[in-house]
Amino acid sequence: MSASTQTEPDLVDYDEVLTRYEPLIGLETHVELGTASKMFCGCATTFGAEPNTQTCPVCLGLPGSLPVANEAAIESTVRIGLALGCRIASWSRFARKNYFYPDIPKGFQTTQYDEPLCTAGHLDVEVDGETYRVEIERVHLEEDTGKNLHVGGATGRIHGADHSLIDYNRAGIPLVEIVTRPISCAGAKAPEVARAYVAELRDMVQSLGVSDVKMEQGSLRSDVNVSLAPIGSLEWGTRTETKNVNSLRSVERAVRFEMRRQAAVLDRGGRIVQETRHFHEDTGTTSPGRSKEEATDYRYFPEPDLVPVAPDEEWVAKLAASLPELPAARRARLTEEWGLSPTEMAWLVNAGALGLVADTVAAGASPSDARKWWLGELARRANDAGVELAELAVTPRQVAELAALIGAGTINDQLARQALDGVLAGEGDPAAVVESRGLAVMGESDELGAAVDEAIAGAPDVVAKVQGGKVQALGALVGAVMKTTRGKADAATVRRLLEERLLGS
Amino acid sequence: MSTDLTTTDAAELGRRLAAGEITAAEITGAYLDRIAAEDGELGAYLHVDPEAALARAAELDAAGSVGTGVTGLPVALKDVVVTEGVPTTSGSKILEGWRPPYDATVAARLKSAGTVLLGKTNMDEFAMGSSTENSAYRITRNPWDPTRIPGGSSGGSAAAVAGGLAPWAIGTDTGGSIRQPAAVTGLVGHKPTYGSVSRYGLIAFSSSLDQAGPMARTVLDAALLHEAIGGHDPMDSTSIDAPLPLLAESARRGAGGDLSGLRVGVVRELGGEGHADGYEPGVLARFAEAVALLESMGAEVREVSAPAFDLALAAYYLIAPSEASSNLARFDGVRYGLRVGDDGTRDLDEVMALTREQGFGPEVKRRIILGTYALSSGYYEAYYGQAQKVRTLISRDFNAAWGGADGNGVDVLVSPTTPTVAFPLGARIDDPMAMYAADLCTLPASLAGVPAISVPAGLSEGLPVGFQIMAPALADDRCYRVAAALEAAQDDARGHRLLDELTGRAAQPAGGAA
Repeated sequence: MSASTQTEPDLVDYDEVLTRYEPLIGLETHVELGTASKMFCGCATTFGAEPNTQTCPVCLGLPGSLPVANEAAIESTVRIGLALGCRIASWSRFARKNYFYPDIPKGFQTTQYDEPLCTAGHLDVEVDGETYRVEIERVHLEEDTGKNLHVGGATGRIHGADHSLIDYNRAGIPLVEIVTRPISCAGAKAPEVARAYVAELRDMVQSLGVSDVKMEQGSLRSDVNVSLAPIGSLEWGTRTETKNVNSLRSVERAVRFEMRRQAAVLDRGGRIVQETRHFHEDTGTTSPGRSKEEATDYRYFPEPDLVPVAPDEEWVAKLAASLPELPAARRARLTEEWGLSPTEMAWLVNAGALGLVADTVAAGASPSDARKWWLGELARRANDAGVELAELAVTPRQVAELAALIGAGTINDQLARQALDGVLAGEGDPAAVVESRGLAVMGESDELGAAVDEAIAGAPDVVAKVQGGKVQALGALVGAVMKTTRGKADAATVRRLLEERLLGS
Repeated sequence: MSTDLTTTDAAELGRRLAAGEITAAEITGAYLDRIAAEDGELGAYLHVDPEAALARAAELDAAGSVGTGVTGLPVALKDVVVTEGVPTTSGSKILEGWRPPYDATVAARLKSAGTVLLGKTNMDEFAMGSSTENSAYRITRNPWDPTRIPGGSSGGSAAAVAGGLAPWAIGTDTGGSIRQPAAVTGLVGHKPTYGSVSRYGLIAFSSSLDQAGPMARTVLDAALLHEAIGGHDPMDSTSIDAPLPLLAESARRGAGGDLSGLRVGVVRELGGEGHADGYEPGVLARFAEAVALLESMGAEVREVSAPAFDLALAAYYLIAPSEASSNLARFDGVRYGLRVGDDGTRDLDEVMALTREQGFGPEVKRRIILGTYALSSGYYEAYYGQAQKVRTLISRDFNAAWGGADGNGVDVLVSPTTPTVAFPLGARIDDPMAMYAADLCTLPASLAGVPAISVPAGLSEGLPVGFQIMAPALADDRCYRVAAALEAAQDDARGHRLLDELTGRAAQPAGGAA
């Protein structure tokens, strides 16, 4: 066994890696579709249900049971393929991938092999203002496996465990696998390109409405392939495949770590073993799993229990015509419509605020107001609370309402922040909070007149200065009125009232 | 007409039920008595629950609907058919004790049609075999001669029906497993068009070949039972969404004996000139007589050559084991059935391996190994890929026989069902190739997915000979029509049914004092 799989204490400095090696990356991304039922049976697909409550003879693989393909899942896959600019097969088949593991109830996984539904597409991603074209090799449809829970033992893995439990609720949930061609153009940006690709893919799938693409729940997960070749080499190096990397940040870290680790192995004359590896979120490192060199022969063959899928050309054309606006096109359009620079758009996207801002604009706010709220006050509050923007308890419609209240002069910026407090506290929509908390700007009322009179009476020295010609001293009186009215007064109105009383103008 | 309920046709039993002459409970009771008396020796059944069967029959009597269709009639199911709450083993130790939580579509349809489940019949393990000797549980004997095999893999169903331990039964046929046992026990057995009877709930052997079908004492009975189980099933993706042809009607019409205009092709490659090696002269003689009988009823007979049929055996023994190696992977001891070696000291792989080592018999292992090899990377094209091409060639030969677009072909193809009469128990068990040869004539129809029926054609050396009629896909009614004509003509000539020669004959070796 080579040293590479035993000890890996040394990592080469990232910048140094790039002086000697060129990285080649590739991603295999699994997306759990959000269909109401499973891929080959009628079982529900609700996340988080009690173990083994969403099962039947088919997804448990009981003797005699047979699969029936879920048409909605096929449609979703074709839509993903179309969104990626793929060629949609006119004839496609499912295949059996044979291997033994307790989480696959039939002793094989029903997947697609040499006749996938979609081939040859691409996805453009942007990193630091540059566009990288990621070529898509194939998009195919398969079924998810069950989940093993290994009880006891130190690692949570099957080896060393006391016993194992299996939950087949996930078994048979439709899974779309999107496989890139090797990405060689990324160079130093390989980790960022990998991350940007997964992010773009996630947003695209989300825009299609075919999956909730929640990486933390595993409904989108990526396997990251990385290899290094000496600069100028005509051949690519041996790759490793880091499995189930479950966040965007982890995708980037996994690529970076593998590049640094592999460089260290190669530097000392070692050999990279073609293997699957596990990513560890806590340390940002990978460790070896199964070696592919001793891996099973999956003995793929066409699934005889299912008839071939032959997407009708007209149907595919109809699906293509009904695709929603995709994220890239939408970004381009909004950049133009809102008069933003590409950098400003990039900020919005990186902050995860694009959809929120767009929805806020759609609810009636001006683009600048919407951006100001989401990138300013709301970003600050999300940051303080340690949550994502989208997780704040305020909707784009409510933000638009706040902006509208300010625009109408009903509240000012300071009152608006108080109104937001109320909204976030669950007190209702902004207008209701303004009403219940009494936050509206005071008009020219007796109450305001009394407050003005009180300020004049309380500061005879200031009054004397003002009447003596030092008009700028009026500011102190305005401040006093604002204080008594707890910010609800309109400063300009207060100033005018003071002038009328003291200067008679 | 016999008054013994256990030798009476199902159709006649139905008539008497409808007329109120007998009750469902009486019929079921008569069969249960016979099972109790005979099955210890015969070995047709793996599971019988007399109380449940009688209770079900009484319930049907009480409901008052007996006599309509198949309502009130008992039926035996091959143990490959999954039955809710009733042990289902597929003849294997690896499923010992498994009580399925669901019904196969075939079982569900028979249940909702009002039949009584008599029991589950013995079979070659996972339907792999031609003698039922590969059952992990017991030997099944041929009612015509207890020293001989009842055929297989549906040998339990065949023995039960021929022996009067069931009026009719469901079998399954992957390469001949309905037709060959029907032939060697003097029954009618039909393998339907692939996709015309649901496979949902049949424990899979070879998915692209498996079909369930009827085994009965008469052609009409077979047609009636077929009608009760056939038709489209949304639970089976390969199920054909087309109405079933009128089968019982065709059987009744065929019994009229007029075959004028029918074009019959005799397949040269199945026992014809230059292809008769391994065929017993008595089988060929009965076959020739039956062909002559068809001609006498107006059929126009010609010889047809189907060269690719010579390759059927080789192709079959790559395709079926390949699919089986994958279909049987689920028997790993994790979820149901046998689990061996799970004592806390062994890891998962060892427990799976031990379970499969002890749970599967030698023929099953042989086919899993064969299939695993044939699907291996690097060998796939040479074996599985080539076999699929042969399959295409066989389909082409059939299509050429039917005449293709010009319509200048034959309506049915005929051959012996199997080259020999029932061979002695033990004769071929150690010689897989000899065992496989029993399916020579039945494999082409299986590989092409076309319907084929076996109907008795008399005796050779005191043992039944089967006559096979093959038809184009979805033309199952043609099989029934021609079979019924042949059956009626033979019964007329003989003065009684072939099976009547078995009734009253004491179980004894053939060629003896009978």
